[in-house]
Amino acid sequence: MKPAPFDYIAPTDISGVLDAVAVEDAKILAGGQSLVPMLNFRLARPALLVDITRVHDLRHLRRVDGRLHIGAVTTHTDVEHSPLVREHWPLLSDAVRHIGHSQIRNAGTIGGSLAHADPAAELPAVMLALDAQMTIATGSGNRTVPARDFFHGYLQTALAPDELLTEIVLPHLPTGSGADFSEIARRSGDFALAGVAVQLQTSTDGICTSAAVALIGAGPVPLRSHAAEQRLIGSELTSGDIAECVQSACLGLNPPADLHGSADYRRRILAAQMQAGLERAAMLATADRRGHDHAR
Amino acid sequence: MTMHVDVEINGVRHRREVEPRTLLSDFLRHDLGLTGTHVGCEHGVCGACTVQVDGRPVRSCLVLAVQTHGRSVRTVEDLSDPEDDVMHPLQEAFHANHALQCGFCTPGILMTIEALSADLAEMSDAAILEALSGNLCRCTGYRNIVCAIRAAGEPGDGEGTGSWA
Repeated sequence: MKPAPFDYIAPTDISGVLDAVAVEDAKILAGGQSLVPMLNFRLARPALLVDITRVHDLRHLRRVDGRLHIGAVTTHTDVEHSPLVREHWPLLSDAVRHIGHSQIRNAGTIGGSLAHADPAAELPAVMLALDAQMTIATGSGNRTVPARDFFHGYLQTALAPDELLTEIVLPHLPTGSGADFSEIARRSGDFALAGVAVQLQTSTDGICTSAAVALIGAGPVPLRSHAAEQRLIGSELTSGDIAECVQSACLGLNPPADLHGSADYRRRILAAQMQAGLERAAMLATADRRGHDHAR
Repeated sequence: MTMHVDVEINGVRHRREVEPRTLLSDFLRHDLGLTGTHVGCEHGVCGACTVQVDGRPVRSCLVLAVQTHGRSVRTVEDLSDPEDDVMHPLQEAFHANHALQCGFCTPGILMTIEALSADLAEMSDAAILEALSGNLCRCTGYRNIVCAIRAAGEPGDGEGTGSWA
């Protein structure tokens, strides 16, 4: 249970990282909470580890023009304790508490979790539900990839081996929004068997104007349930609307079966979580509108 | 290939040459002889190897020693001073409440909970269990561990089991 030998470099700026990862068989190390176990098991045997945690420009949480900019090596704990995130992006705040344990969240990073892209992880689904934009540094400048195009498969993303995820940008959420995150795991801190991230937007008269329903454990990547979302938009988000939406979402679901749960079991817990999560998010959206009216 | 590491451990500066693949847990135990940090699973599940890096509890089996260059590490050895024969109030409370059984998981739990000292008095039992969820005790003695943490968070009773948080 010891890593195979590798070389190590810890650049202090982004161009230093890009130079280092241009070498064949280099691997980026951020918080190490997924990579180091893989090194210990020798499932990963890179020739060079490029530690990006010394790049000061990659660790920040700031609101610019209503949007949240998250530096890739910002830790889960930084996000968990951020009043800014709690107030404006409660879906992210809620989901981050489910990641591993406090000791994992203290070291693990937002960018690391997204670049690792475990389909059972919380953050990929949250980024999908929030329509996040991923900023990627390449040898020929930056490029931006929306979350829906970022996750390609089991542990596969849009990142090339010589690129660096530098920042995640979350859009502004207008008044009348409500969110919910829930997951089922066998033990506290385990990867989820299934989970649901919901972000709803309502108009001043309570009509759903946009809906995002992202599912964990429903496939090799986190999925958006477009069937569910289409059914919700234009509705008043009553329990009946939500029940119909969950029914149509489940028709297209084909979750994987493994030692921890059959496909049918996963489908049933996804349905129960969607129903409960959408009801809570609809209530919060109503409360958000009323709170705003009171403030005026 | 070895690399130079300059790290403060329990208030003492150490300068060593290490292989990049050396885990912090092995660096502490094998290079520095600080065997209070226990190694269980070596893949971040059991929590036995928890130490504090810059004040935050982390798994030392998931940190490379080279990553601690320029940082400050605290291990269980820092909780008490063998010279003056006084244990940390959290250790006293574990002793008084029979919260150690085999003792293997204890250092990791102490370093996890010690970082929460400021909040401990206000924490519910549920919050304490949540804080403990990253530390496995295979003697399954969580009840006494929670009692000890509770006692450590209460005002002192003159028997060395409180007055710390």
